[in-house]
Amino acid sequence: MSVTAEQNEAAAANETIDLRRDYEESGVGEVLDQLDRELIGLNPVKTRLREIAALLLVERARKRLGLVNEAPTLHMSFTGNPGTGKTTVAMRMANILHRLGYVRRGQLVSVTRDDLVGQYIGHTAPKTKEVLKKAMGGVLFIDEAYYLYRPENERDYGQESIEILLQVMENQREDLVVILAGYSDRMDKFFTANPGFRSRIAHHIDFPDYSDGELLQIADKMLEHQNYYLSPEATVALADYIEKRRQQPHFSNARSIRNALDRARLRQANRLFAHTGGALTANQLSEITAEDILASRVFKVAAESQNQ
Amino acid sequence: MRITQGQFSFLPDLTDEQIAKQVQYAIENNWAVNIEFTDDPHPRNTYWEMWGLPMFDIKDAAAVMTELQSCRKVYGDRYIRISASDASHGWESLRMSFIVNRPAEEPGFDLERQEVDGRNIRYTTRSYATNKPSGQRYSS
Repeated sequence: MSVTAEQNEAAAANETIDLRRDYEESGVGEVLDQLDRELIGLNPVKTRLREIAALLLVERARKRLGLVNEAPTLHMSFTGNPGTGKTTVAMRMANILHRLGYVRRGQLVSVTRDDLVGQYIGHTAPKTKEVLKKAMGGVLFIDEAYYLYRPENERDYGQESIEILLQVMENQREDLVVILAGYSDRMDKFFTANPGFRSRIAHHIDFPDYSDGELLQIADKMLEHQNYYLSPEATVALADYIEKRRQQPHFSNARSIRNALDRARLRQANRLFAHTGGALTANQLSEITAEDILASRVFKVAAESQNQ
Repeated sequence: MRITQGQFSFLPDLTDEQIAKQVQYAIENNWAVNIEFTDDPHPRNTYWEMWGLPMFDIKDAAAVMTELQSCRKVYGDRYIRISASDASHGWESLRMSFIVNRPAEEPGFDLERQEVDGRNIRYTTRSYATNKPSGQRYSS
């Protein structure tokens, strides 16, 4: 017995860990590359994800050599303007953490205030616990988390939900990862009012706005997914559209672009009906032309404001 | 006298780690997991009190273990069992059931012989624990 134990010890001391091989075997590289390919821009976010992936691989290697004492905290907060890809990245996050073996099952449970907070006394705790149970072994994504806390109403049940969340985030770190998401300014206010949250979250990731060029690339990607394409003139028109749309209120990055494209498809369908009689080619059916885009209200509003 | 009911009952009590593994097996088969408790150990006492609702839609045994811990906090002096029911046939049928918590002292059963109709005998078993009213049976 003692001989083999000694041998084991000696083996452990001499054992080396091949991080490169670990990286390849975990399949994380694949997910990260996919992230690079499919998500345009978001460089700070991607850098942070790579850092987290590297940390987890190193932690895993340390664990194998008996060097680790406790699991790193991975609760995160995603802040950024509307339509900057917070939810999309959260979905990928669950996958990445699962591949790295940090969460056991890798499911993503996406909730908002409605799913956590009850309507009457005694309703909140079971509801929150139910959601937490579903998220165990995976990632709990709380969208627009600041709605949980309503300072104007001191009898609001949100506070109860927050307390349960904090407790689980602290005591069951190995069972689930909580990601909070929301718009930057309101999240800041939320964290100031709930310092417990701020200190329990290790990673605050800020999602920057997309540049005009990036938005155009995103538009291309979206259309490609739906088997549409932009004619060269339409591409120019869309670039112009993005520039003008940004100046107008309620601009929400990629989401605005998605809506604009949906409306362009509507106009394209209408145009096909109105102007082409009879036979249509696949090409005609999937081309979005400049006129589909230029008909947008955005151009009229922009022209009017210039006239004034 | 040690009660033997359900699975694994002739083995030493399962550790939490072993319980979690069994629960994970149930979850992976898409069975709903229940936590039940009682202080009446009679073998014919089939329906125990439920701790919360049956757990559907969970992915990981940690959820059940959390509930089990909180059930133990309140009813740690009673019998607690975990059962798993399978709904794939269109009705819930029990697939697993095992005791995960038992009182520190189990007084066992009294065998009552009732003489009837001449020399015939009818047998009845009655737990000594049920001499006391429910709720006071195992807390000394």
